[in-house]
Amino acid sequence: MDSIIPQLLTGLAGASSLFLVASGLTIIFGVTRIVNFSHGSLMMLGAYIGWSILTRLPRDPEWFILGLVLTVLAIALIGVVLEVVVLRRVYRAPELFQLLATFGVVLVLQDVTLWIWGAVELPLPRPRWMRGFVEIMGNRFPFYDLILIFVGPVVLGLLWLLMNRTRWGTLVRAATLDREMVAALGVNQRTLFTSVFALGAGLAGLGGALSLPNSSANLNIDLSIITDAFVVVVVGGLGSLTGAFLASLLIGILQAFGIVLVPKITLVLVFLVMAVVLVFRPNGLMGRPQAEAREATVAAPVIRAAPRELRILGLVALALAVAAPLVVGDYYLTVLTDACVAIIFATSLHFMMGPGGMASFGHAAWFGIGAYAAGLLMQWIGAPMPVGMLAAPVAAGIVAALFGWFVVRLSGVYLSMLTLAFAQIVWAISFQWVEVTGGDNGLLGLWPSEWARDPTIFYWIALVLAVGVALLLRRALFAPYGYALRAARDSATRAQSIGLDVKRLRIVALVIAGAACGLSGAIFSYSKGGIFPTYISIPHSVEALLMVLLGGLQTVAGPIIGALVYTGLADILVRSTDLWRLVLGSVIVLLVVAFPEGIAGAARRLWLRGREA
Amino acid sequence: MLSVDGLNTHYGRAHILQGMSLQMGRGEVRVLLGRNGAGKSTTMKSIIGLVRPTSGRISFDGQEIAGEEPHRIARRGLGYVPEDRRVFADLTVMENLEVGKQTARGGMRGWTPERLFELFPNLGRMRDRPGGRMSGGEQQMLTIARTLMGNPRLVLLDEPSEGLAPVIVEQMAKAILALKGEGLTILLAEQNLHFAGGVADSATVVEKGRVVWSGTMAELRADEAARTQYLAV
Amino acid sequence: MSVLVVQGLSKSFGGVQAVGDVSFAVAPGEMLAMIGPNGAGKSTCFNMVGGQLRPDAGSVVLDGRSITGLGPRAIARQGVGRTFQITATFGSMTVRENVQMALLSHRREIWQFWRPVAGRYAGEADALLAQVGLEAQAERATGVLAYGDLKRLELAIALGNEPRLLLMDEPTAGMAPAERVGLMQLTRRLATERGVAVLFTEHDMDVVFDVSDRILVLNRGVLIAEGDGASIRANPAVREIYLGTGATSGGH
Repeated sequence: MDSIIPQLLTGLAGASSLFLVASGLTIIFGVTRIVNFSHGSLMMLGAYIGWSILTRLPRDPEWFILGLVLTVLAIALIGVVLEVVVLRRVYRAPELFQLLATFGVVLVLQDVTLWIWGAVELPLPRPRWMRGFVEIMGNRFPFYDLILIFVGPVVLGLLWLLMNRTRWGTLVRAATLDREMVAALGVNQRTLFTSVFALGAGLAGLGGALSLPNSSANLNIDLSIITDAFVVVVVGGLGSLTGAFLASLLIGILQAFGIVLVPKITLVLVFLVMAVVLVFRPNGLMGRPQAEAREATVAAPVIRAAPRELRILGLVALALAVAAPLVVGDYYLTVLTDACVAIIFATSLHFMMGPGGMASFGHAAWFGIGAYAAGLLMQWIGAPMPVGMLAAPVAAGIVAALFGWFVVRLSGVYLSMLTLAFAQIVWAISFQWVEVTGGDNGLLGLWPSEWARDPTIFYWIALVLAVGVALLLRRALFAPYGYALRAARDSATRAQSIGLDVKRLRIVALVIAGAACGLSGAIFSYSKGGIFPTYISIPHSVEALLMVLLGGLQTVAGPIIGALVYTGLADILVRSTDLWRLVLGSVIVLLVVAFPEGIAGAARRLWLRGREA
Repeated sequence: MLSVDGLNTHYGRAHILQGMSLQMGRGEVRVLLGRNGAGKSTTMKSIIGLVRPTSGRISFDGQEIAGEEPHRIARRGLGYVPEDRRVFADLTVMENLEVGKQTARGGMRGWTPERLFELFPNLGRMRDRPGGRMSGGEQQMLTIARTLMGNPRLVLLDEPSEGLAPVIVEQMAKAILALKGEGLTILLAEQNLHFAGGVADSATVVEKGRVVWSGTMAELRADEAARTQYLAV
Repeated sequence: MSVLVVQGLSKSFGGVQAVGDVSFAVAPGEMLAMIGPNGAGKSTCFNMVGGQLRPDAGSVVLDGRSITGLGPRAIARQGVGRTFQITATFGSMTVRENVQMALLSHRREIWQFWRPVAGRYAGEADALLAQVGLEAQAERATGVLAYGDLKRLELAIALGNEPRLLLMDEPTAGMAPAERVGLMQLTRRLATERGVAVLFTEHDMDVVFDVSDRILVLNRGVLIAEGDGASIRANPAVREIYLGTGATSGGH
């Protein structure tokens, strides 16, 4: 009993900062329809800028408040710059490309922050007034946490007034429903969007600065808070401020108790709660079904088999790939093996994402599950490589079937966020369950069988598997199953009305994609000799997305081209600069702005220009 | 007052408007006739700026407006009522009207919610009802009222009778005639010839993105050949 | 014997009754129109027959078997075809492939991962397309079809499932007047040839009075009139709540 109340209050305090970030995310999404991946980065900047301001000011409460105000203004200003420079240019791009562009911003801001403030954590020394305690029911409770607890409801109340009692709020709510119509009624969308973004960014900045006294400014804030914020927004219902508030309370309290009760699996607990909520309320606690986007959508082009010229080109490339070991050295052989892994990684994601219409932001989960399955079997029973390579897809496929049971009940952004959260859980298990997975140190000593240890032989094995998987997936796509999957994506209502089982089609797509991806994880692990939690990290999942989107969703050859281009680019980048995140992030943003349909998509359009009525 | 000249637009590779032209005088009510996909809606969206024309001129009160942003065009005194209504479903009647509000331009008697409720008495009885919980006919009234809150001098009405019960269509015709009485210039897109005949002075028939017939309503009634050829009635 | 028999169908949303105690039947080859003011409960009725909504009370019987409360997929399998107010087709496929999908699904050949779709049931698909007048467009992408042609394609897809009952929700919405009557006369011909019962909603009175055998009038969720065109036209209650004077709807 003694520990319950303090723990509850800690949870409530955590809920407040979570709410600040999630509310900004939700407001921005409402109006711009962009899920702002870089929202966590804005909070991180809030912490750093807040630190720089607060450490320079006197340490009295009134100065603290002034510091907060300055920080909020600074982050709101950064938000404005971000909106004007990047987001404004991608409003008309497809949803996924927007997410990708904001992820590019995450990478850029990571390096910028590192460059300005350095890698060391920056704690804020707590002044005397902040260290006070208040006695509640016999427990001494930190004064500052009480302040935090009040901030959440106060901000919720102010936002409610702003949204429901001002003309600006009415316009924002109208734009959330139909922004084109708002423009046609004479409202300047640009200023509206920019001001909304400034408000959302300011809230994130406030969250960042307020979190300083209890933690510190550090480089991990961005991705960890964005995962939590996604969970909150999904549980609460996208676009609902009240929902975000309730979900923040739920998640905040859960985390506070989880850390005491089940420290190792707090994230798993959070995930389970989210799963339960989504099974009963697929649109979140307070959410409503997503309205159909009110934009002139250009229909997806008809998928036809590749033109003969492209097949010949493919055969030539394959012949070159087979002969490559005779020409290139060991280093490039490693890069080529990585490329084979990347091909499976990307084609498997394309399978569920293109024809399946399920955009996963956590594809690396299957990669990791496959890798760990092979690694653990080796460690427990000394399983050799062929067994490991067989076990990997089986394990990933089984988990995908379990996970698929409720993921196929969602669609669009919800599905993307859920897959991201799921991947974070798998990552957390691999990272925290040290006894089994070796934690951060990973599993070492996973080498190919004796007969395959020669890099050339191993490369050929990887090549055969990559080409085999790509061809099998392609075959399935042109068979009735693949068509039915595409039918379910094109129009779920029509698919059902001709008797197709949409959910089952999607689960099977997820299982196939997961299994194939698991295989790529195993190949990768054998080629590197070990398995690490980074295989499951968010950036790795985003790599898969990048490859697919680079290549374009509309062609079967797309993900292969994307995988090759990406592997090549990454290799050059990582070797040539320390600021690779900055460069990669900028490249992503530029690509999204320049080629909204991917490289292969653009090439296909040029190729077909004038050939199709 | 409004002059559209040689307008071309594309959606992707599809060439929708192919040299569309149109003239409208002050106080005129003109109907655009033509089958679905002929380019009636695209003409309206191009005028209000939601679709950017690839070439051609649009001038309103002598000012060139082609390629301007929608909100600027709207503020010049052009109102747009889209097809399939598009009320803000979560917003109440009063809030919907608030979104459309623009200050009146010189010399005009500005529209207020109260004046609009005289025109559409149904709306006045449901001021706080969310747009999404109104019937189709009520929603259509609301979109028109919402556009009028911007005090436009010319209104583009895209298929206001579509999907409405005949008895509601009759009310709609009365409301449009009342607006005409106020001196408003109206460009109407319609498939319902009975309805159009009751409210319009003149007609323009569109086919494959260009004008194939133009004249007064009386001329259209007299021109049996044109009606059979273009409208199949 | 009737293909579809609906008895005492009711549905409320949040305490507000949308449909109350509606009963009707449709015979093979019969065209039954359902009309009424916006918000009268037509869509709700439709969605209960089609399986998108579960009725609070009442029964839906197809060919003597109860389909009450089944999901849309199961109902489709029982032989109910559908066209939608906003056309729903498979945009990433050609016109022929759209129909092939319906044929493959009807023959339960969806769960195959190897043999390509190309060429399977192509002849049958083309025959169905010919019936709706789309044979010349079989190779085209559905995305470039004219609106009226999309409606015809929906009809061909629905027929691919060999339905006993066809549900058409505002089938002519958004079409030009001349095309409207054309589409519904085509439907009428196919319904007669194949003995399919057709239940449709419609706001265009030219279409309703031209092609329907019988008309149901719904108001506030309740059936207020039922009969042939002449009796409905003469019914003062129907004129009052729905038809009006006929000035803007062609003098009906």
